[in-house]
Amino acid sequence: MADMVVGKDKCGEQRLVSLPLSRIRVIMKSSPEVSSINQEALVLTAKATELFVQYLATYSYRHGSGKEKKALTYSDLSNTAEESETFQFLADILPKKILASKYLKMLKEKREEEEEENNNDETDDDEAES
Amino acid sequence: MAERPEDLNLPNAVITRIIKEALPDGVNISKEARSAISRAASVFVLYATSCANNFAMKGKRKTLNASDVLSAMEEMEFQRFVTPLKEALEAYRREQKGKKEASEQKKKDKDKKTDSEEQDKSRDEDNDEDEERLEEEEQNEEEEVDN
Repeated sequence: MADMVVGKDKCGEQRLVSLPLSRIRVIMKSSPEVSSINQEALVLTAKATELFVQYLATYSYRHGSGKEKKALTYSDLSNTAEESETFQFLADILPKKILASKYLKMLKEKREEEEEENNNDETDDDEAES
Repeated sequence: MAERPEDLNLPNAVITRIIKEALPDGVNISKEARSAISRAASVFVLYATSCANNFAMKGKRKTLNASDVLSAMEEMEFQRFVTPLKEALEAYRREQKGKKEASEQKKKDKDKKTDSEEQDKSRDEDNDEDEERLEEEEQNEEEEVDN
C-alpha cells in the first residue's frame, strides 16, 4: 500500500524543482568561502532561484514599456535593476544600453565640465589670494 | 569545479520555460531579455550563497543548511519567497521520508513473497531504479563535500 501512495505522488505532483541541482551546486561552490552545502540548502537555493526568475520577469513586465506590444525586452530588465531597490544588486550585470555616439558626447560634456570646474577653482584661488 | 565560464550558466531552455510560465500567454521575450534573466539568476545564486554563508559562519557551522538559506532571503529583501520556500522544504522532507519508508516496505515484501504480490513487482522495480539513482547522487555529493 505504501508503495502505491508514493507512486501516485510521483506521477501526480510536479517535480519540486526544475533547475538542475548539479549546476546550482557548481555555482554555489564557485564562491571560495563556501566549504560545504547540505542537500536541503541546495534544494532551497534552486527553488529560490526559480522564484527569483519568475519575480524578475513579472516585475519587469508589469513595470515595463512593452505591455501593449506584449513583449519583455532587455531595457525593461535594466530599468528594473536601476529603479527597484530589491533588484539593485543586478545593476552591474544589467547596465543600461546607450548609443556609442551618445556616450562620446557624454564624455565630452563631462570633460568640459571638469575643465570649467578647474577654471573656477583657479579663479577662486586667485580671488582668495588677492 | 567550474572550469569553464559557461559552467556558471543555467540551462536556457529551463529558464525560458520558467519565464513563460510566469508571464501571460503570448508575451514575446526577446533573446537578449532571456540571456539577461539567466545571468541575473546565476548572480542571484552567488548572492544568496554568500549571504547564507555569513549566517552559517555566525553560527560557527561549516555546512550551509536550510535555515541559512531562509535567513539569506530575508536579508536580501526577498521575504516574499520565505513562505513558498518553507512549503517546498516540507514537501521535500515528505518526499525523502516517503522514499525511505518505501524502501523499508520493500525489504519486508521481499521477506514474505506471495503470489498475489507478483503483480506489484513491475512497479516495485521502477521505484528501485529511482532510489538507486538517488543514492548514487547522494554519494557523489558527499565525495564532493570532502574535497
